Amino acid sequence: MTALLSIRDLSVRYRRDGVEALKGLSLDVKTGERLAVIGESGSGKSTLALAVAGLLARGVKIEGTVEWKISRSRTPHSFAPPSVLPDISPSRGEIELSHPPSPILNAAEGEPAAELLISPLEGEMSGRTEGGAVERQLSHPRDTIPLLGRDIGFVFQDPSSSLDPVMPVGKQIAEVVRTHLKLSWRDSYTKAKTLLERVRIPDPDSVLHTYPHQLSGGQKQRVAIAAAIAAGPKLLIADEATSALDTIVQAEIVSLIRQLVAEDGMTLLFISHDIALAATLADRIAVLRHGELIELGETRQIVEAPRRAYTRALLDAHLGLDAEPLLDRQGASP
Amino acid sequence: MTVLAVSNLAKRYHRGGKPFAAVDDVSFKINPAETLALAGPSGSGKSTIARLVLRLIEPDAGRIDFEGADFLAVSGAALRARRARLQMVFQDPLAAFNPRATVARVLDDPLRIHGLASRAERPRHIAALLERVGLDPALAARAIHEISGGQRQRVAIARAIATRPSLVVLDEAVSALDVSVRGQILELLLDLQRQERIAYLFISHDLGVIRAVAHRVVILDAGRIAESGDARAVIANPQSAIGKALVAATPRLTRDRP
Amino acid sequence: MSRLRRFFRTPEAKAGATILAVLIVMALAAPMVFPGDPQAIAGPALLPPFQDWSLPLGTDRLGRDVLAELFHGARTSLAVGLAAAAAALFIGSVVGTLAGFASGLIDDVLMRITDAFQTVPSFLLALAFVSIVGPSLGVVVAAIALGAWTGPARVARAEVLSIRERDYVAGARVIGMHPLEIAFREVLPNALPPVLALSSVIVAAAILTEAALSFLGLGDPNRVTWGGMIAEGRTVLRTAPFLSVVPGIALVLTVLGVYLAGEGVVESTAVRRSLS
Ligand SMILES: Nc1ncnc2c1ncn2[C@@H]1O[C@H](COP(=O)(O)OP(=O)(O)OP(=O)(O)O)[C@@H](O)[C@H]1O
Ligand SMILES: [Mg+2]
Repeated sequence: MTALLSIRDLSVRYRRDGVEALKGLSLDVKTGERLAVIGESGSGKSTLALAVAGLLARGVKIEGTVEWKISRSRTPHSFAPPSVLPDISPSRGEIELSHPPSPILNAAEGEPAAELLISPLEGEMSGRTEGGAVERQLSHPRDTIPLLGRDIGFVFQDPSSSLDPVMPVGKQIAEVVRTHLKLSWRDSYTKAKTLLERVRIPDPDSVLHTYPHQLSGGQKQRVAIAAAIAAGPKLLIADEATSALDTIVQAEIVSLIRQLVAEDGMTLLFISHDIALAATLADRIAVLRHGELIELGETRQIVEAPRRAYTRALLDAHLGLDAEPLLDRQGASP
Repeated sequence: MTVLAVSNLAKRYHRGGKPFAAVDDVSFKINPAETLALAGPSGSGKSTIARLVLRLIEPDAGRIDFEGADFLAVSGAALRARRARLQMVFQDPLAAFNPRATVARVLDDPLRIHGLASRAERPRHIAALLERVGLDPALAARAIHEISGGQRQRVAIARAIATRPSLVVLDEAVSALDVSVRGQILELLLDLQRQERIAYLFISHDLGVIRAVAHRVVILDAGRIAESGDARAVIANPQSAIGKALVAATPRLTRDRP
Repeated sequence: MSRLRRFFRTPEAKAGATILAVLIVMALAAPMVFPGDPQAIAGPALLPPFQDWSLPLGTDRLGRDVLAELFHGARTSLAVGLAAAAAALFIGSVVGTLAGFASGLIDDVLMRITDAFQTVPSFLLALAFVSIVGPSLGVVVAAIALGAWTGPARVARAEVLSIRERDYVAGARVIGMHPLEIAFREVLPNALPPVLALSSVIVAAAILTEAALSFLGLGDPNRVTWGGMIAEGRTVLRTAPFLSVVPGIALVLTVLGVYLAGEGVVESTAVRRSLS
């Protein structure tokens, strides 16, 4: 299998004097695979997702390369369009991707490290990055990066922050379709309705005209996913996309993502703190700790024969329905 | 003797002008040193029950007996004094504290309010409380936002046990924590329960966590009790539709993946 | 430290801070530079400025030193402005916090009272108050504060209404804290930043109101005020316009300085907040 994405020696530092959020990370994402990235708060999972999507802020110091191998063969109609973030994608991307691998992420040389200190790692709460990335800008030279929205779909943890609260959801999805697939408004709306059906929203006709606050958390996340896959991206990044949802809705969204990825042949980068959840979805799992990739392997190998003690500790800390209850363990000890 | 007995509790809210029942005819009991879990999907009324039990909101109907007395009958200063015995730990430990507070102040408040220690004695009490929850007493001087999420939740627990309560309500108290920290916090809670015979009303939508720490479970659906019973028995063999759905949705680390 | 640097980054803030600094120095130095009564006769009447270097800004109708009056006037203006604004912010925060935190009947009553005060123009209110109670520094301060507390009250109430729903307020109730302690110790300090953001506007308005009252002869008669100076100069406006123009310019610069410096503070804290 060929690599869709080749990350080499990626280091990210949010503030000049701070620690590195990612320390020389190298990783290949294979075309069509479902790769889960797991780790605890502050391990750098979200930084990796943001770096891949080109969403890190300007002042952030980035070193290393992220090379894309995307063949630009598709016609504008082959797929649907989208982004949860219509407002950050440089609208109307007449951006040509170099067909051969092109180094796109080079050290942010000469970038005056502005005093913009936006760090998704700053909160100590299990580092589930709230979708505040909306104000961030592309830190990469624009002409070489795959376009967020068209080539990359991004789903954040908190759908409320990635959806525009004052725009009907149908319009938000249609706008992505129109921008990236260059369809008319009418066709874009038709497409938006199809997308809402695909993410299994009941009664898509009326939901087209509702506002985000009228939907439940799970429904909002479905809408965010519809927008993310609207332009038929090659890569879907889900950053803790189910962490804010209850178990039942989480299971539904995971199975929805699994189905959509299979149908569209997308590559999936699934960021999560939950190793069990990651294992139900991923072909491979990458374990991050303190900004370093400490283990990468097939899901089965990671779950059944982890090579690193840390991975084993994560597995042991999982409280599954078959684990020995702590109550008993405690009772046994004096 | 039961610590808490809730009977036929009901709370209605209005949504879009129409009334709907957030909590509807809910009854349960908790014994000393027992953990009763409330499980259910989002919006099933778990937090509303917690707030009713804590008298943060008032029920439309029903009865709450706490330590053998009608808890709904007290008010004002008497209610504030009663609160010493009934404490709470919130989900997000950062939101649960005054953003300007220091660790010392957070722990000083309950001791001062309930007159549990003189001003001169309080620093010693605070240090002891911090040690009790496995923290360095030197943390007392830190601001709440200067400590880690796991440490903050320990401080929240220290504050909750400062007044020696018989019941602590934990609303998703471990849901925001890293798995490794979560395990330690759960062990701390069980440890405190064994030593001080504290009863817990443990709210979570994660059946794995509930199974690990709870004696009994009540599964809620749309404000009503769908089923209840021994935690392990209910989770092993759920009878209600919502119980089955919750069990099926819990991620498993199985050898035979689909 | 870095907050200060951020504050001084905008030229407006720099200008405002400079003006304010000059004023404060003037006010503090007045008794040293011009000891004795500024209302005492210092030379010939109606001496124009820049004629006699011992009386650089000349003298007024009664032969009083204009520069000395200007310095002592700065004292009065700043003192009244700051005291009135502080009183207005204090009353406003307390009323707003009580209304927002108590809700129900107390909220209704307090907000109706606020409405009542807000519908009467604040200057008329001050005018009426001073004419009834009689002019003195304390009364002028009270009169100005009376018309200025409603804005802070509304802002404080709105802020308290949102803070009230936070977990930590529920947490304070759970540990048995008294509602008044929750309102004033837990909630009010966190509701203050937007209220304090109003202070520059309130101080500026208070200085103007004080000047207007003095102009109408309702200021403290024992003190020099810029408003009083302008009123004095009015009678000889054709022959000695500088007597009104000099305090007038001082007034405009002061209001501008307060406003610019206030905006600078708000902006520097806003940047901070959006970054963190
Ligand atoms: N103050 C309120 N006003 C109106 N409706 C409310 C209010 N508080 C709760 N509700 C509604 O009551 C129902 C129960 O809410 P509750 O917060 O108890 O659910 P929950 O089980 O705690 O959910 P979650 O798992 O998401 O925390 C929901 O439909 C909610 O929208
Ligand atoms: Mg809840």
